[in-house]
Order: sequence, then structure tokens, then C-alpha cells
Amino acid sequence: MNARGNGSGNGPAPNGSTGAPVIRMRDVHKAFGPKKVLQGIDLDVGERESVVIIGGSGTGKSVTLKCILGLLEPDKGSIKVDGEEVVGLTGQARDRINAKFGMLFQGAALFDSLSIWENVAFGLIQGRGMGRAEAKKVAIEKMGMVGLGKHVADLFPAEMSVGMQKRAGLARAIAADPEIVFFDEPTTGLDPIMADVINELIVHVVKDVGCSALTITHDMASARKIANRVAMLYEGRIIWAGPVDQIDRSGNEYLDQFIHGRPEGPIQLQVRAL
Amino acid sequence: MNFVALIGRAFLGFLATAGRLVLFALAGVSHIFRPPYYYRLIWRQMVDIGYYSLPVVGLTGLFAGMVLALQSYTGFARFSAEGAVATVVVLSMTRELGPVLAGLMVAGRIGASIAAEIGTMRVTEQIDALTTLATNPFKYLVAPRLFAGITMLPILVLVADIIGIFGGYVVSVYKLEFNAPNYLKRSWEFLEVIDVVSGLVKASVFGFLVTLMGCYQGYNSKRGAQGVGAATTNAVVASSILILIFNYIITELFFSK
Repeated sequence: MNARGNGSGNGPAPNGSTGAPVIRMRDVHKAFGPKKVLQGIDLDVGERESVVIIGGSGTGKSVTLKCILGLLEPDKGSIKVDGEEVVGLTGQARDRINAKFGMLFQGAALFDSLSIWENVAFGLIQGRGMGRAEAKKVAIEKMGMVGLGKHVADLFPAEMSVGMQKRAGLARAIAADPEIVFFDEPTTGLDPIMADVINELIVHVVKDVGCSALTITHDMASARKIANRVAMLYEGRIIWAGPVDQIDRSGNEYLDQFIHGRPEGPIQLQVRAL
Repeated sequence: MNFVALIGRAFLGFLATAGRLVLFALAGVSHIFRPPYYYRLIWRQMVDIGYYSLPVVGLTGLFAGMVLALQSYTGFARFSAEGAVATVVVLSMTRELGPVLAGLMVAGRIGASIAAEIGTMRVTEQIDALTTLATNPFKYLVAPRLFAGITMLPILVLVADIIGIFGGYVVSVYKLEFNAPNYLKRSWEFLEVIDVVSGLVKASVFGFLVTLMGCYQGYNSKRGAQGVGAATTNAVVASSILILIFNYIITELFFSK
């Protein structure tokens, strides 16, 4: 596993990104009891760059994202957003950082008790104190950007398909014009056509809206479509990172096994007999 | 593992849980007093807890008062003390049965509903979504429910007291053939302000306990449908037990000599 641990401390970007990173993670560790999930993550996300973290289940992808979002506190290491250390931030200081973020959750995580437009406008009304009438206008505009018509504005999440819920979740993620958008398994559970629609929307968010994006996924088709750079996570470390067009000739046997979905190789599935 | 170690581990586990619950309660209560205030959410919770619990609390109070009149009459008749029925009904309703029965009914209705709602929000990542949208889940989810529980339970108990006393009156006058003006006179004769106030204080504490346990169990719900189910059960069981324990403590504080 000689590709592991490619960078640590405050040195140069470990994964080949250029320019000042909007997110910089260095030597981030996180354990849950005896289980060490993150064992020294180093990762940069540059401005207007789309980075995709790939890796098998249980390798720490979601935990990485939650550490950046402040939903989990790392045990050790540094996470900087726009050069500001965010580990240990709480209260209003954390809210100020989170106001730079948008997040599309795996299951969209729309609020059941609110209509679609209220979901999309939530961050504007609660976070920024915008009036409801003005927030509704912005929400409907953002819904239009992800292909949701005005007629669905007053529906509730339970009245919509999974694909439409994901679109609404994406509209909510970009509603407050975030600097960085996070995508957690954005195409999981979608049919191939809807998955491609969501991928297109993510590309649109990065290219046209001008956000940086950090996505975690197992879906290689999605990764190839939306990534500028790919980072492979294995056993709590980034074992390979580089431009998306180099993943097929990386020379990394772990990455090769993963992207081709081969059961044989250095990655051993941890299957335990019941 | 030996028996002493087992007891020690259980005791430490209990202390850790109690500590987490107290910290959760302090965080929730502190957000009641700190802006921003979500008036719309607070109002919605007050309507849900107060208004929609009226039928179940009213019916409970009515039948409790009626049974109390019947039972105390048959008991007191054995030593010719039937005249005390009115006083027993009014004191029992205001001091004990009103707050305890209303608290237990609300624990079943509201405690379960809060735990299920917040638990579902936990497992579907809606609580994480709140945080990423720069909204404090304690302020948005917990504080409005605690406030509504603390303020609405006394109103519900007051209604239950009145309906329960009315139930006792109906049974006493129309079934047991008490003289109506005399019954009313005996009802008010020995009733003191402290009897009603102690019941309302209990109600407020019970409202806090029910909403707190619903929020705590839901917020810490484990993954999946089973986790939400367990959170709901735990919320109802824990709040019911706490109601009975605090009922004794508050009674002791108000009336012990």
C-alpha cells in the first residue's frame, strides 16, 4: 500500500490541486470507540473545482464530509475553510462557516412538514432573515434552475418522486448562493436517466453558478462526469488523488480494482459470516 | 464478570445517561430564552399539545371525577361520612388526579409523537440538514416543544379539574341524589388556593418532563425504523415513570409537615 499517506502537515497540496484551496484538510483523524474511521486525511478542494471522493462502504467518506460540515468533531488534525480553522468552532462562528456551504443529502433530507418552496427557502428565511415573500421568489427561481416548475412549489416532499426530491434538495443546497456545495451519494437510488440529469445539474452548479463542489460517491459513471479531480479513500486515508482523466492509468492497484469493480485484488471485502 | 462489577457498570451507565439528559435539558431550556424566537413553531406546538389534547384530557378528567364520586360514596357510606364526597372529589382532582392523569395521557399522545417525529428527522438526516442550513436544532426543534409543554399542561389540567369536578357533581346529584346546592357548597368549602396551585405546578413540571423525554429520545434515536420505535417506547415509559416520581417529590414539597 505504498500510495498511502501522500502528504501531511502544512506542506503543499497533497492531491495536485492548484491555487488557494477553499477547503484544506490535514492529518484529520476520527475514531468511534476502538474503530478508527479516519486515519490521517489530507485533502484540498480548490476554488471552482469539483472533487469527488470515491471509496467502498465504511471507508470514511461520509465521516469526512460530516467533519467538514461540523456535524462531527475530528479527534485530531486541521480543517480550514477559506484559510480559517474550523475544527472546534461552535455557535454563531460555526453558523457563519456553514452559511458558505450547501449540502445535498443522500436521501435529500427535505423537511416533511414544509412545502417544497419552504424547504428551498429555509436557509434564506431562517439563516438570513429574508422575508417570506422575497424568499419564495428566490426559491422558485432556484427551483427553475434544477428543472422544477412553479406548480410543485406548494407540494410536500411526500407527494414527489425520489428524483424530484433530489432536485428540490439541490435547489435548497444552492438557494443561498453557497461558496461550496457538498453532495452525498447524489445518484444513489436513481434510475440511470435521472442519475444523469442530477449529474448534469451538478456540473451546471460548478461551471455556471461558480461553486466549488465536494462529492462522495460509489458511482464511477457519476464520478467521471462531475469530477475535475478524484480522491480514493481506503481504510481512512486518501490512497490516491489526481485528475479524473488519469484514473484509468493511475498504476494504483487499489484504484484499479475499485473503478473496475473487480472482486479480486488488494481490497478485501470485510464480509463476516453471521 | 462478578456481581459487584455488574452493579458498578450499571450504576455508571445510569449516571452517564442522567448527565447527558441534564445537559440536553439545560441546552434546550437555555434556547427558550435566547433569540431568535420561532413564534410560528411555538404557536404550532402550543396548538398541538394544548388544543388537540383537550378531548383526551377532558374525557379522562370526566370519568375520573365520576368514578371518584361513586367509589368515595360507597366507601364513606360504611361509616356514615357521605357528606365528605364533594370535598374528596374536588381535592383529589385538583391535587392529584387532574395533573397525574393529564400528564400520563399527554405522555402517551405527545411524548410518543415528539419522539417519533424527531427520531424520524434524525434517521433521515433532517437534523443534520438543519445544522448545515445554519439553524440550531435545539432552538428549532427542542425549545418550542419544551415551552409549549411547560405552558400548555397547566391549562389542560385546569380544564381536566373543572370537567372532573363536574363529573363528580353529575354522579353525586343525579345518581346518588345529593342535594345540589349543598354539594356545591361542600365542594368550595374546603378548597384552598394551594390545592389548585400545587396541581398546576405539577402540570407544568410534567409538561416539561414529557416534552423533554420525547425530544431527548427522538434526538438520540438510533438508525432505522427499529431505532425510532425504541425511541418512542422509551419516551413514553421514561416520562410516565418520571411523572410518578416527580408527583411524589412535588407533593412532599407542598404538603409535607
